[in-house]
Amino acid sequence: MDSSLLDPTLYIVKGMVIMDNDGNRLLAKYFDSVNFPSVKEQKTFEKNLFQKTHRANSEVIMLDGLTVVYKSNVDLFFYVMGSCNDNELILMTVLHCMYDAVSQILRKNVEKRNLLENLDVVMLAMDEICDGGIILEADPSAVCQRVALRGDDIPIGEQTVAQVLQTAKEQLKWSLLK
Amino acid sequence: MNFKREKKEEEEGTSVSIYSNLEKTSVLQESRAFNESVINPRKCTQILSKILYLLIQGEQLNANEATEVFFAMTKLFQCRDPVLRRMVYLGIKELSHIAEDVIIVTSSLTKDMTGKEDLYRGAAIRALCTITDASMLQALERYLKQAIVDKLPTVSSAALVRSYHLTFTSGELVKRWVSEVQEAINSESVMVQYHALGVLYQIRKMDRLAVTKLVSKLTKSHLKSPFASSLLIRITAKLVDEEELPTDSPFFDYLEAMLRHKSELVIFEAAHAIINLRKIVPRDLNPAISVLQLFCSSPKPALRFAAVRTLNKIAIAHPTSVTNCNVDLENLITDSNRSIATLAITTLLKTGAESSIDRLMKQIASFVSEISDEFKVVVVKAIKSLCLKFPRKHGSLMGFLSALLRDEGGLEYKAAIADTIITIIEENPEAKETGLSHLCEFIEDCEHTSLAVRILHLLGKEGPKAKNPSKYIRYIYNRVILEQPAVRAAAVSALAQFAAYCPNLLSNVVVLLRRCQVDGDDEVRDRATLYLQLLETDKNYILNSLATSVVVLESALQEYLKKSDFRQPFDIKSVPEQSIVAAAEKPKSLPAVTAAAQKTLANTRVDQAEELKKVPELNRLDLGPLFKSSVKQMLTESETEYLVEVVKHVYKSYLVLQFRIENTLADQLLENVKVDLDLPEGFQQVVSIGINQLRYGSGYAYVVLSWPEDIEGTFGIGIGSTLKFLVKDCDPDTGIPDSEEGYDDDYVLEDIDINLSDQILPVSRANFGAAWEELEIEQEETYALSNATTIPEAVKNIVNYLGMQPCDRSDRIPDGKSSHSLLLAGLFRGGVEVLAKAKFVLSDGVNLQLTVRAADENIASIVTSSVG
Repeated sequence: MDSSLLDPTLYIVKGMVIMDNDGNRLLAKYFDSVNFPSVKEQKTFEKNLFQKTHRANSEVIMLDGLTVVYKSNVDLFFYVMGSCNDNELILMTVLHCMYDAVSQILRKNVEKRNLLENLDVVMLAMDEICDGGIILEADPSAVCQRVALRGDDIPIGEQTVAQVLQTAKEQLKWSLLK
Repeated sequence: MNFKREKKEEEEGTSVSIYSNLEKTSVLQESRAFNESVINPRKCTQILSKILYLLIQGEQLNANEATEVFFAMTKLFQCRDPVLRRMVYLGIKELSHIAEDVIIVTSSLTKDMTGKEDLYRGAAIRALCTITDASMLQALERYLKQAIVDKLPTVSSAALVRSYHLTFTSGELVKRWVSEVQEAINSESVMVQYHALGVLYQIRKMDRLAVTKLVSKLTKSHLKSPFASSLLIRITAKLVDEEELPTDSPFFDYLEAMLRHKSELVIFEAAHAIINLRKIVPRDLNPAISVLQLFCSSPKPALRFAAVRTLNKIAIAHPTSVTNCNVDLENLITDSNRSIATLAITTLLKTGAESSIDRLMKQIASFVSEISDEFKVVVVKAIKSLCLKFPRKHGSLMGFLSALLRDEGGLEYKAAIADTIITIIEENPEAKETGLSHLCEFIEDCEHTSLAVRILHLLGKEGPKAKNPSKYIRYIYNRVILEQPAVRAAAVSALAQFAAYCPNLLSNVVVLLRRCQVDGDDEVRDRATLYLQLLETDKNYILNSLATSVVVLESALQEYLKKSDFRQPFDIKSVPEQSIVAAAEKPKSLPAVTAAAQKTLANTRVDQAEELKKVPELNRLDLGPLFKSSVKQMLTESETEYLVEVVKHVYKSYLVLQFRIENTLADQLLENVKVDLDLPEGFQQVVSIGINQLRYGSGYAYVVLSWPEDIEGTFGIGIGSTLKFLVKDCDPDTGIPDSEEGYDDDYVLEDIDINLSDQILPVSRANFGAAWEELEIEQEETYALSNATTIPEAVKNIVNYLGMQPCDRSDRIPDGKSSHSLLLAGLFRGGVEVLAKAKFVLSDGVNLQLTVRAADENIASIVTSSVG
């Protein structure tokens, strides 16, 4: 097509990635088999992306013909990819949704270790935000509701001793830091 | 402080999570826990997420492993833990394309999908649709239709999104759900509305009337979802663009009204849509531009980025409309996001006036070292267009570029700079000498072999024509001493060019070439020997290099080998020469790009020939090599029921007309479709190949003609043509005719024009003078051109009319000259070389003196006398 009008399609998101502060992927989902036919291309792209974004926290970058919006916190980097002609603000909405949902799941404690502990629920949340490139839900609280937050409803008896200790340690640390 | 360090150490100590150092085999082993009689949900969830984590990390499971895990997973359906159940869905989706017999879980998923547990239903639908194939879908249709109109948004959205994916594989099935989808559009939920609109458009998009109806209904209602609004804007814009609706139409009004929406997302979408309409005029652009101008000062980087990116795009087509934003753009130059700053700069460069260039260049120089290579390339490209726009500024711009060349940078970036300098050299003769010397300095210290080779090639071509060619020799010979083999070889070739072009340098260069004969590399020695030999015998061979494309030459050589008749030596003249139509169309593109375009053109010609060979009837005729294919000519209006295009394929003694016939009516079946021609004198029809059956869609028909003996009557004529066929009414969906009865019909097409340019292939002659001297038969004629009032116009007309290639860049005319010489080269059908010198003199009108030399007297006189 010679005009640069955007095609009326629901396929908006080309990829969503969460990386740690060494540039390793923790979670990644790509919906573009043309640009990213295999994990190899994805990882090359991520390496490049991380190099360009880990220092400057400036929200948006154009890379390899894609627009990438991103956000970082402590030791985590969140990325959402879309076509370079697409509406950046839609991508931003998706990014915010992803970040806020993760933040709610992790009780505002958005860092790598905590994320890994709740990796299962975060995976479910990513799945609820985007299905095959289509934005499924953009409201973080709706996403959290759908992934059936485990939360406090686990009886203390079912938690392992280590987990109880961990929680106690965490709480102590926070009270000290305040 | 102390505490902090301790904390850090402690964190590092505990950061060894269950996910580090995972191994596939051990995780697969663990997955046996799924088979235990009492399922521990926590443990199983963790194992599942480990498996998924491994898959995300790029670990591959083979079909056996995947199937085993998959079947173990199905056991987990016994457990009622919600998180575990949802992880199972995820697992099913991830493994469905590797594991076998995945349909085994269909019934479990169907139960969850229709069950009472709301949390499962949406996700179950999505998992279910990934494992079912088209044949199974029929069985699920009832459930999916119900799910689309379910009152729970998650369920409805899931069903709609899956239907959307399905429209690409089982479109017909989804079409049957249209009424449910339509109901879903009115849903309270914003996401359901968005998804429903997407599906509905996907179903209806082939039917323009239905889309128009949909848009006019929805633009009047109020969509709550910003996503749905932005999708509707895209649909509307597409409609406005394709139908070329005037700006006072209600659809355009809708786009403009959306500029005042409360969501920034929608506003930007509307502005973007308006700006990208093809027929937009500056007056209608203004509201959209002022919205973007406001966005430029937004605190959100993404919004600023979006605005600048869009403004940058408009600046290409409508630079004046953007000038209002210049102040805002200048503020963005110092933006902390370098992407935004760079886009702002390039936009300013596009809109800027000549006077502001120096200031802008200074600003760029201050931050250019901080931005990524990718954006440096963008800046360099902007500078290039600037050089073409303001040729007088080449001094400062060139200085800036050469400073960039000296900086660090990757190959792509350096190549972009070199390209820009090369373009400037070609466009602007005044800048040539400085440009060449910048390039010379650059190759002194260039780590990219490919770039050095290209520059050496350019030096070989342009250097000998400069005022003082000898000064380049030193730079080139330095390469021979210092560089690696590929560069040395290129340097040897460049040296030979100097020797062949400048007689006074010949003896010196020969000395240098002799030294190259003792080089350590084969290629370098071979080249040196070859050139030394050629310099003694045939200098023209160096000046006018091989004119055929490698691809064409290769296929010709293969043909020759296939014949296995070696009594006659292979004749290079029988290989069709490379045409440079593409280069002529895009004189401003970079040399590298045109080279690529030439290559593709030569390839397309091979492709075309291969394509024609696939038609058995044509293959039976011995057509010989394809000489030239014309561009498409439409023979009907673009809105008629039947669309016909013709492409003329010219062979030495035949003309193949390829008709692309498109039937745009779904309820008609055409049979025995063929094209009847009203042949002018001398032409003979060899064969006519029709289409037996043409359903909705397109097909190809062919007519082969033989050229008349006398060339005189082969151009400047129109061949009348009529499309003949038998019409049968048919069912638009199945394409089966309603009855066996049909009726004959015909359809008069426009005349097919045959021009002189169809039979002449433009070819390049790097050294026109040498080629000119080789030909002896000469014809001359003088004309007063009636259809042109200026020299550039006359030059363009002649080039188009003759279809020959301007040489030595003689198609570029310096401003304000009252006379000009144009040098043209071409090959006539059959490979007869034709060269022409056209002298234009501006008096009252434009006078032309045309001198033609050709290998064949007949052709020379025809080309000479055809003008007028």
